[in-house]
Amino acid sequence: MFKPLKRSLLLLVPLFLLAGCNTIVMNPKGDIASQQADLIVLSTVLMLIIIVPVIFLTCFFAWKYRKANSQAEYDPEWDHSTKLELVIWGAPLLIIIILGLVTWVSTHKLDPYRPLDRINASTPLPADHKPLVVQVTSLDWKWLFIYPEQGIATVNELVTPVNVPVRFKITSSTVMNSFYIPALAGQIYSMPGMETTLNAVINEQGEWEGFSANYSGAGFSHMRFKYRGVSQDEFDNWVARNKSYGKELDRAAYLELEKPTTKHPVEYYGKVEQNLFHAIVNRCVVEGTVCMDTQMMADSMRNRTNLSADELAILINEAMCTIAPNADALPLITSSKKNGYDSVSN
Amino acid sequence: MTQYPIETSPIFGRLTLNAIPYYDPIIMGTLAVAATLGIVLLALIHKNRLWGTLWNDWFTSIDHKKIGIMYMILGLVMMMRGFADAIMMRAQQAIAFNGNEGFLPPHHYDQIFTAHGVIMIFFVAMPLITGLMNYLIPLQIGARDVAFPFLNNFSFWMTAMGAALIMASLFVGEFAMTGWLAYPPLSGIFQSPYVGVDYYIWALQIAGVGTLLSGVNLIVTIVKMRAPGMSLMKMPIFTWTSLCANVLIVAAFPVLTAVLGMLTMDRYLGTNFFTNDLGGNSMMYVNLIWIWGHPEVYILILPLFGVFSEVVSTFSRKRLFGYSSMVYATVVITILSYLVWLHHFFTMGSGASVNAFFGITTMIISIPTGAKIFNWLFTMYKGKISFELPMMWTIAFMITFVIGGMTGVLLAVPPADFVLHNSLFLIAHFHNVIIGGVLFGLFAAINFWAPKALGVKLNEFWGKVSFWFWVIGFYFAFMPLYVLGLMGVTRRMSQFDDPSLQIWFQIAALGAAMIAVGIAAMIMQFYATYRDRAKLRDTTGDPWGGRTLEWATSSPPAEYNFAFTPVVYDTDAWADMKKNGYKRPTSGFVDIHMPKNTAAGFIISAISAVIGFALVWHIWWLAAGGTVALLVAVIAHTFNYKRDFYIKADEVARTEDARTKLEQAHV
Repeated sequence: MFKPLKRSLLLLVPLFLLAGCNTIVMNPKGDIASQQADLIVLSTVLMLIIIVPVIFLTCFFAWKYRKANSQAEYDPEWDHSTKLELVIWGAPLLIIIILGLVTWVSTHKLDPYRPLDRINASTPLPADHKPLVVQVTSLDWKWLFIYPEQGIATVNELVTPVNVPVRFKITSSTVMNSFYIPALAGQIYSMPGMETTLNAVINEQGEWEGFSANYSGAGFSHMRFKYRGVSQDEFDNWVARNKSYGKELDRAAYLELEKPTTKHPVEYYGKVEQNLFHAIVNRCVVEGTVCMDTQMMADSMRNRTNLSADELAILINEAMCTIAPNADALPLITSSKKNGYDSVSN
Repeated sequence: MTQYPIETSPIFGRLTLNAIPYYDPIIMGTLAVAATLGIVLLALIHKNRLWGTLWNDWFTSIDHKKIGIMYMILGLVMMMRGFADAIMMRAQQAIAFNGNEGFLPPHHYDQIFTAHGVIMIFFVAMPLITGLMNYLIPLQIGARDVAFPFLNNFSFWMTAMGAALIMASLFVGEFAMTGWLAYPPLSGIFQSPYVGVDYYIWALQIAGVGTLLSGVNLIVTIVKMRAPGMSLMKMPIFTWTSLCANVLIVAAFPVLTAVLGMLTMDRYLGTNFFTNDLGGNSMMYVNLIWIWGHPEVYILILPLFGVFSEVVSTFSRKRLFGYSSMVYATVVITILSYLVWLHHFFTMGSGASVNAFFGITTMIISIPTGAKIFNWLFTMYKGKISFELPMMWTIAFMITFVIGGMTGVLLAVPPADFVLHNSLFLIAHFHNVIIGGVLFGLFAAINFWAPKALGVKLNEFWGKVSFWFWVIGFYFAFMPLYVLGLMGVTRRMSQFDDPSLQIWFQIAALGAAMIAVGIAAMIMQFYATYRDRAKLRDTTGDPWGGRTLEWATSSPPAEYNFAFTPVVYDTDAWADMKKNGYKRPTSGFVDIHMPKNTAAGFIISAISAVIGFALVWHIWWLAAGGTVALLVAVIAHTFNYKRDFYIKADEVARTEDARTKLEQAHV
């Protein structure tokens, strides 16, 4: 029994060695990513309980029962053993029950939509904390980050303060990408006409890589940006400096920016047009186009004039699915809850 | 970068001379080599007067054994193409650092990784397993052919024509630059306006018809044509796993057809199933394609699980341990494979409960799979194992596959997937199971059943050279990708900034080079086998001490497989017959009713390929004309009443006497 255990620990050695070199996935700097890395190690160890004996037995049986070994027992008719069958099915079943429980709990705990409840293992967060909101848009082939509360925007550079929870609201302009900063947290897709959410926090100052983790066309290889975790003071300075640049990201500027480019340089915008992100998600940046949420609302209203305003609001909310409500257009539904969590209005 | 011609001429559609990528030296070089080889091949066929043989005995043949062999040849030839793509990707990724753009611009590189995936799955793995099932199932169940012999020939040619269309895309126009599953909106008309995605769609649709029909055919064959006495629980295990794989094919492939049909309508007719605007929903495509795509993985691996079971039991000289447990495990995998598709996109924003559900169902599949591994282990236990090539591949499989299985279960834990999704870790995982499982299984199968199909044992020396280069090359090529995945490197990149990654890509490239040697050795193995065919001849029909009915026939089997339909009393029917002193009957033969060859399958498929090509290039008159021709050909075929013939009893007697003499000469 100890032999396989020893071997399993031996097999883990390379894993630890890797953790030492620049395997950022196993050695991240954000609380969410750290928990995800721990989960990888835990699951791997659990599975090695089965895998190592199997590999060992394969080699052992192959060697022991080789034709040339006349010492070994040979029983050509032996093809069934209820006890063995129980072990064969039971042992993997037990491991999977444990792993399944771990999966159920951790998937809920590390759900990217779930507001954070801690900054790191030792620092809990109050339930009513207010995260920093960053609206992320993947364009062909660059990243746009809008800071609605600060009223600034950047291209291909993301900065957040250390130990401050961040809520990313993510969408895309044309095709699917995946928003991924290995040092910070796991990825989530950015998809046109849809909005996804990622809650995360960085625990260390430094600069890391962020990129698209889903192939999106010719410029994909260079769809990378620098992500920096900085102190609150540095962040405030950075915001102030951006504001001083004065360049404005309005609808016209966005439409210009949206055109495909590769290796796009970093850009800063000191001002951002109100509700631009809402317009991007709802595909109505071009003046005069109807926003998706407005259209869906109109569709839902058709032939439903006999419903009360509240009933309508519920219906519309169901129809909206993952689309962020526009605070101006839909006053009825901004207060309702989606996915069990409060949706953040823009 | 090509200029995309937008204008459509009434005669040539979008096809112009500019469609030939003469600016790309790599493609033109390939074209030159392919053309030269093609001309040499045609000249050889002509010189040796093989046209008649080729057409009458092979292309129009509805003998399941010949169709099986043609499938295998198609798969192996396409593997060369798919592997050439792999080598180019490995080379590009090994050099494209520090501002070096490598030798493949994105326009070319993106086509290559798309083509690699599509070809390896649809035109290498699928033809190889279909060929294997085609060849073996009737022999294993004691039948003379499949249930619908014409359909079988037609299925093969549809698959081959799909492959031909993909090959055409290399030299005329371009292939899709979307990744092998062509997610919209990237594969939509706005992001991919030229012919690449159209080639993808029509190649898969045409080949898909073949796959679906062959699935129907093999299910009916297994259900209806088993030898007397062979109840379901006495079927050879390979037949069982094939049955499950074909059930999966029949249930899953229509979904692929439908989803590609909707993408086609989006691209050709301006509908909005998967577009960004007007209510389209691209996630619907992702769901649907994986509802096909995940069962597809099990379609590929299940028959090989059967192969490993046969091989382990034969070379351990022992009954398979836990036959019924194996059968139940296979059936459980079949059912569960429909309940896991969402694990391919945990990262698309589903709720935690949905993700957790699909993660756990995925893990549950590892239970029956694990049970299978243990069953093979305990088949070896108390056996007398001889390490011939098929057994070597099986041992390599068992060790490699459990590693791939482990990383697979790891990826099924949603929070872990959030950091590993689309990374090179994932690439390493699925190559780990597809090469370590499907390909190693196919090599085991080829070495195991080659004496049956070709009448000669394959050369062992080159087989072993190939084995070692393949297996060691595999570890060199893919273990670095696990590391790179943990370093946060994502898939489908053609250029890199971080120089610390380069060494790992270089190791992977070295591994790919070793696999190339393995493939070369495999070609040498075939050549050496041909050279020494007299010495390697299998005169017994049962060179390994086989356990199932196919080993009761001569090598290669007579056209009619069995002069008399065998009667089955035990799971390992042939082992049972041998134990009970079975004597092959040498007299009392009767006429045997057989299906007759027909050219209809080839003709209808060729017309389908022409229609596909016309639709790719928007040559509407040709597409319309082709459709009419297709209907005419189908109707004409239905009026062909000369579909069968009898092999006379005296001819059967002559064939069987020849076998008797051969056996006596070599005792």
